[in-house]
Amino acid sequence: MGFAATAREDTGFRAVLELADDCLVLGHRLSEWCGHAPTLEEDLALANMGLDLLGQARALYAHAGEIEGKGRGEDDLAFLRRERDYCNCLLVERPNGDFAVTMARQLYFSAFMQPFWRALAASSSDATLAGIAAKAEKEMAYHLRHSGEWVIRLGDGTEESAERMQAAIDELHRYTGEMFLISPARRDAIAAGILPDPETLRPEWERTIATVFAEAGLTAPEVRVPQTGGRDGLHGEDMGHLLAELQFMQRAYPGQTW
Amino acid sequence: MTTEALTPLWEVFIRPRNGLHHRHVGSLHAADSAMALQAARDVYTRRGEGNSIWVVRSADIAASDPSFAEPMFEPADDKIYRHPTFYDIPDEVGHM
Repeated sequence: MGFAATAREDTGFRAVLELADDCLVLGHRLSEWCGHAPTLEEDLALANMGLDLLGQARALYAHAGEIEGKGRGEDDLAFLRRERDYCNCLLVERPNGDFAVTMARQLYFSAFMQPFWRALAASSSDATLAGIAAKAEKEMAYHLRHSGEWVIRLGDGTEESAERMQAAIDELHRYTGEMFLISPARRDAIAAGILPDPETLRPEWERTIATVFAEAGLTAPEVRVPQTGGRDGLHGEDMGHLLAELQFMQRAYPGQTW
Repeated sequence: MTTEALTPLWEVFIRPRNGLHHRHVGSLHAADSAMALQAARDVYTRRGEGNSIWVVRSADIAASDPSFAEPMFEPADDKIYRHPTFYDIPDEVGHM
């Protein structure tokens, strides 16, 4: 069941699935910090943000399952697909790295998703999706503020924090282009008025990032080789490890519930 | 610099609802007031505890001296007439 086949079968399902996978995978990454964050305050902040994303993923998977109409629910879609069937962008699956990497990843993602959800809530022809978006937009506005404040303080902090923050930007910037990439499923969803065209959101994203970087004293690197492939199910080697942990419980004890 | 110097202690006050006053709920460490407000939101309002937050540096709070507590507070103990309990309140007033 590769990308090409599913894209032809049901573009609406696939377009929602892309969003759901982004939220699930990034939410899972944030959950990995639980008990390991630098301070108690940040441990809670990271878990809170992870739970926001998990909540968004649940709503999106449930909606995707309804669109698909084959009886698959949120658990089936979240836990019982193979790696190649996940269509999240590569940015969200990047390993947590140090705290700077985690905050850079959160900044890049939320700076895109906040205006994305806002535009979707205002204009989508899919009322359920618009409802999910209205709630998600507020959550992403907080993620953006929180990660932005940290990036500013780390970039404009000590010599070591500035070095690490710049290294995180240098490492992750190449993955940001994929958020604007228009997959076949997304193209159809844009044409149907379900999703906003990400290209219309690019100026705001660039302005947000530039504002934070200016205050943080960071320099966005020139991206020579943008990294893409996640929307086609082509993931980095860390994705398999992530899914092993994410899926273990449902694979080991099928159908288990709380 | 020490951790305390980089992220000093802040006292957190939450207002549960409009019309009520802010109440002290706890403390946390943060680099500055903006980060302290975010940390307070994440630590103390996860279950809908409030709609407004104040933070103040713990070091900026002037506290009464515990060893001077008796002269400070005991003189009030026998001034029972200061409590408004010697009035008959008409039933029509209801709960006060």
